[in-house]
Amino acid sequence: MFQQIEGSKAMARAIALCRPQVVCAYPITPQTHIVEGLGELIRTGELQNSEFINVESEFAALSVAIGASAAGARAYTATASQGLLFMAEAVYNASGLGLPIVMTLGNRAIGAPINIWNDHSDAMAMSESGWIQLFAETNQEAADLHVFAFRLAEELSVPTMVCVDGFILTHAVERIDIPEQATVDAFLPPFEPMQCLDPDDPISIGAMVGPDAFTEVRYLEYHKQHAALGLIERLATEFQRLFGRQAGGLLRTYEAADAEILVVAMGSINGTIKDAIDEMRADGMAIGLVTLVAFRPFPGDALRQVLARATDVVVIDRAIDVGMGGPLASDIAIAMRGLPAPPAMHSAIVGLGGRPVPKASLIRLFRQAAIQPWEGPHFLDLNERVVGHELHRRRTTRRVGPAAEGILKELEKERVARLAEEAQ
Amino acid sequence: MNEVQKLKFYQKGTLTVGNRLVDEDKRNVQASLDRSNSLTSGHRACQGCGEALGARYAIDAAMRACDSRLIAVNATGCLEVFTTPYPETSWQIPWMHSLFGNAAAVATGVAAAMRVLGKSQTRVVAQGGDGGTTDIGFGCLSGMFERNDDVLYICYDNEGYMNTGVQRSSATPPAARTATTPAVGSAPGNVFGTGKFAPKIAVAHDIPYVATASVADLHDLEAKVLKAMTFRGARYIQINVPCPLGWGAASHDTIRLARLAIETGLFPIFEAESGYVTNVRKIRRPTPVFEYLKLQKRFAHIVRGGPEDPGVRGLQAIADRHIRDYGLLEAEA
Repeated sequence: MFQQIEGSKAMARAIALCRPQVVCAYPITPQTHIVEGLGELIRTGELQNSEFINVESEFAALSVAIGASAAGARAYTATASQGLLFMAEAVYNASGLGLPIVMTLGNRAIGAPINIWNDHSDAMAMSESGWIQLFAETNQEAADLHVFAFRLAEELSVPTMVCVDGFILTHAVERIDIPEQATVDAFLPPFEPMQCLDPDDPISIGAMVGPDAFTEVRYLEYHKQHAALGLIERLATEFQRLFGRQAGGLLRTYEAADAEILVVAMGSINGTIKDAIDEMRADGMAIGLVTLVAFRPFPGDALRQVLARATDVVVIDRAIDVGMGGPLASDIAIAMRGLPAPPAMHSAIVGLGGRPVPKASLIRLFRQAAIQPWEGPHFLDLNERVVGHELHRRRTTRRVGPAAEGILKELEKERVARLAEEAQ
Repeated sequence: MNEVQKLKFYQKGTLTVGNRLVDEDKRNVQASLDRSNSLTSGHRACQGCGEALGARYAIDAAMRACDSRLIAVNATGCLEVFTTPYPETSWQIPWMHSLFGNAAAVATGVAAAMRVLGKSQTRVVAQGGDGGTTDIGFGCLSGMFERNDDVLYICYDNEGYMNTGVQRSSATPPAARTATTPAVGSAPGNVFGTGKFAPKIAVAHDIPYVATASVADLHDLEAKVLKAMTFRGARYIQINVPCPLGWGAASHDTIRLARLAIETGLFPIFEAESGYVTNVRKIRRPTPVFEYLKLQKRFAHIVRGGPEDPGVRGLQAIADRHIRDYGLLEAEA
């Protein structure tokens, strides 16, 4: 049924339709509305047979989910940014134990400097943790991906993270089709655990493993993620058939068939990129888009096939691996390795800490990739004057104080100068 | 016990009431043929390990109390390591280890699952050492307490990080030598005025039941576990379990040391319900702490100075304070 509804509330409704039996909640912006929504659905009785647990930290949130899942209950939690890092130890533990927990990640920057707005640094920080990571482009997909995620996680017994852009998706009110319970039930059977704490069949879970078997245990995890590549595609077909719309899958393309320039991106930014592409196509530029839905497992082969036809690939990273560059760009470089005529790759770092990414900036970026390519990562809309000033200050002064303060002071000077200019 | 047996029969040299001398229904779980043997033999604990002994009695008693429908969650530590090197396990019950600091939270999750799956007759116990409980796991423990989750948490307190090679924890007594509080300098060993007594903090959460127990009195330990299992909600038992390796003591002195910890007043034995102390185990004649310290190499540097050593006097002051605070002294007849 279509509703005009906030993204978080829509996700809460979709998650409730998946009948999670234990929901662990700890507040952190911007995911809070999701667990608030679930809490309300449980209190009002719309979601029955579900325990809502207010915990004291994100570390506890995922730990409670771990206990619940190992005891045979369908477990769900949500977090963002610092919260994900605070539970990092449990994130690895859940995947190492093979517990099919589903977690929403309201993508948000990681401090310092503390910043509550959107980017993908949190998801990237856990990309090696053994969780499946799916990125939503729209709020419809954000809602649908949760249904998809529970099925995927439980079929393979791998924890799955649904990554949704903080504020841009979580707080946006849109027209969303909330699925019917019967359709969700048809797609998602009751949870049948692969391992379970059961007094009638006692087992020990989580014991010590030495060098004799650790590699093999990790290999099985790798193998499961690999198997997920095929399963994600099969489930996407099944989802389409049952729900009548697309959700999940490894990747999607837009105007890619004849494109010379292909943009690769994840999350909500794809909407703006499509608008930019429409405009550039009208100007006669052969440009297209690859929207990556599955970041882990990384669909290297599928990407290779799509990207092989292009002359230029622009990779949009909404995060920065500080000592390396764009994390998605690094992965795509590996995916393109060995192509007979690999396209030129251009890495762009955009939208950090909630920086808006306007269509005009993207168009400029894509044009530049074609006519005046750059080396290394390009920081979109970087205030070069302010950065230059701060770098100069650092060459001449030892005790410069916090970097963030220096930059903001300089921005303020810029603003005052602009006002003075306008006043004249 | 019948009327004639108001007299206490102690096993020679101990305060343990001999099983054969009490009525059958008063005999301990461990003495019964149908004990569950939850933590079975073959594990890799050190000789004289207090924790292995405490865990065996505690978990078997918990099993008796819930008709063997028990799930255990274990923090990282000695107990986890010595019982479960895969593919071997000494646990005959469903058992799970997740991380060092989250046993209480994982147990909360298991309890929630039992409730929602309609299996509330299956009970949950979480267990860990003092490091996993009073230090790294304290946030999760306090959260589990304040939510009053239906979990019995058992802390096996051996006063330090023994699994990692004997380092100081917040349960390490002052003056004790550990790898991170070396016995050098003007104030050797662990620092006076530091550390915490977690049972007191547990009581402050007003949870249904808190108790301390000792491997020196296994009847009492079992009785407390059985009692804890009659409550629903958060419960906490801290068991004093001497560690021959970490304390530098003889393996055959484990019980003696645990008994001396009680009789000196260093480890007060008490029960509390919903925020109030309801019962304390009295001491007939307090033993000077020097008698306890001299059996342990971790205190050798203060024992060398004799009973008047400032370190010994400092620990005596702690014992005296416990005796006063908990009213441990048996009233003179």
